[in-house]
Amino acid sequence: MALKSRHILGLKEIEKEEIELIFDTAESFKEILSRPIKKVPTLRGKSIVNLFYEPSTRTRTSFEIAAKILSADTSSIAVSTSSVVKGESLKDTVKTLKALGCDLLVIRHFSSGAPYFVSKIINCPVINAGDGCHEHPTQGLLDLFTIKEKKGNLSGLKVVIVGDILHSRVARSDIWGLNKLGAKVRICGPRTMIPQGVERLGVEVYSDLSKAISKVDVIIMLRLQLERQKGGLFPTLKEYSSFFGLNKENLKLAKEDVLVMHPGPINRGVEIRPEVADGLRSVIEEQVTNGLAIRMSLLYLLLGGKEDKGA
Amino acid sequence: MKKRDEQILSEEEIKRIIVRISHEIIEKNGGAKKLALVGIRTRGVPLAGRIAQVIKEVEKIEIPVGSLDITMYRDDLSAPRVPSPRVQKTEIPFNVTEKIVILVDEVIYTGRTIRCALDALMDLGRPAAIQLVVLVDRGHRELPIRPDYIGKNIPTSHFEEVKVKLLEVDGEDKVEIVKLKEPYRRGKGGS
Repeated sequence: MALKSRHILGLKEIEKEEIELIFDTAESFKEILSRPIKKVPTLRGKSIVNLFYEPSTRTRTSFEIAAKILSADTSSIAVSTSSVVKGESLKDTVKTLKALGCDLLVIRHFSSGAPYFVSKIINCPVINAGDGCHEHPTQGLLDLFTIKEKKGNLSGLKVVIVGDILHSRVARSDIWGLNKLGAKVRICGPRTMIPQGVERLGVEVYSDLSKAISKVDVIIMLRLQLERQKGGLFPTLKEYSSFFGLNKENLKLAKEDVLVMHPGPINRGVEIRPEVADGLRSVIEEQVTNGLAIRMSLLYLLLGGKEDKGA
Repeated sequence: MKKRDEQILSEEEIKRIIVRISHEIIEKNGGAKKLALVGIRTRGVPLAGRIAQVIKEVEKIEIPVGSLDITMYRDDLSAPRVPSPRVQKTEIPFNVTEKIVILVDEVIYTGRTIRCALDALMDLGRPAAIQLVVLVDRGHRELPIRPDYIGKNIPTSHFEEVKVKLLEVDGEDKVEIVKLKEPYRRGKGGS
């Protein structure tokens, strides 16, 4: 059993068996995180480049730490301090990285499909770290992995994703993945932030949070992506928060052992009250730790034991 | 010269070997006080469990038992091979520092697996000593590594595989030699 593709571009293309392989491997790698010395020689001599066209704290740092634990060499390129500022195109930037001998490229880009475009140019595995409103597969995988770890199995679980579905690449990856593993997915948000035809992805759409949350096993709150919105999607933050914010009261409508998740960064007090984000049902910090395990797993599966023969 | 493709250890013989090696461990270390057992995945793990059981019966001491997966430490991960070998769990529920760690493996061949295991153990702490148990030594060492406790020495050729089957994994206890068309390479199936 191996990954079928040499890239991780989205959960749409990944099969259930591959997700299970990624989880098993992540579970094994997670053990390293509890060691006094968190380092194994697995990817010694491999060069991993993080190319980020958008701001990021946890995803970029997580990829860097994951690579370093596996002894790979990492370079991170923040576009604001690179030749992109001088007008270099994505294609030329990637060709430069290719010439520098990079073994794996992690890319975040504001345009949907950019990682796919890049995977056709460069002769090494590419991991999508978020592209526009399309997908964020590593976040999707770590969400699924966290649910699996806590609940044992995803099959039959009721999961609700709340908030700005329209701009959320996390939501899209989560929906693909949750459906593949047999969970029942609901989405909830203001009508203006629900993409048209989203039912075709196999989800139930709610516009009333209290109904959407009723008896669910997992709640995934999304960040309101103010930087992507053109405005006019909702009247005020306060109103959004009162209709679609998660608080102690509406949390009671869910199952008693519900998991509260959030991909971060959190707009505290907007989509989620601080006492819920830091509360007993929250697994937000575990999500971050599991993100490391998932990324180690992917780096290993894409780089360990395979000779790259060019694209 | 024995005929190949045959059984070389029976259930009874494996049982006797485990009892004998357990006693050797106790004798060499003057008891079982500082001991810890670590089995190398996959079949070193049940063997380590059996040794712990015998030591418990003899010395009335419960020794901690862990399991080690050496995949992350392999020296051939860049070799042209698809897929990447499966990484299994390492579970060492005790601190290895100051312990005499008894490493347990089914078969020793080139010695490369043991090199990986030594590196892995060193990353987990600083054991007082590491000793090695193998059920079968089949020769052909490529590294200066020598087991402290050997179940049985079996001279082999590269075109043979020593197959260890254990009750806990395979449903029966037996060791046999199988002829191969290509030289044997460990770890194709993840062990």
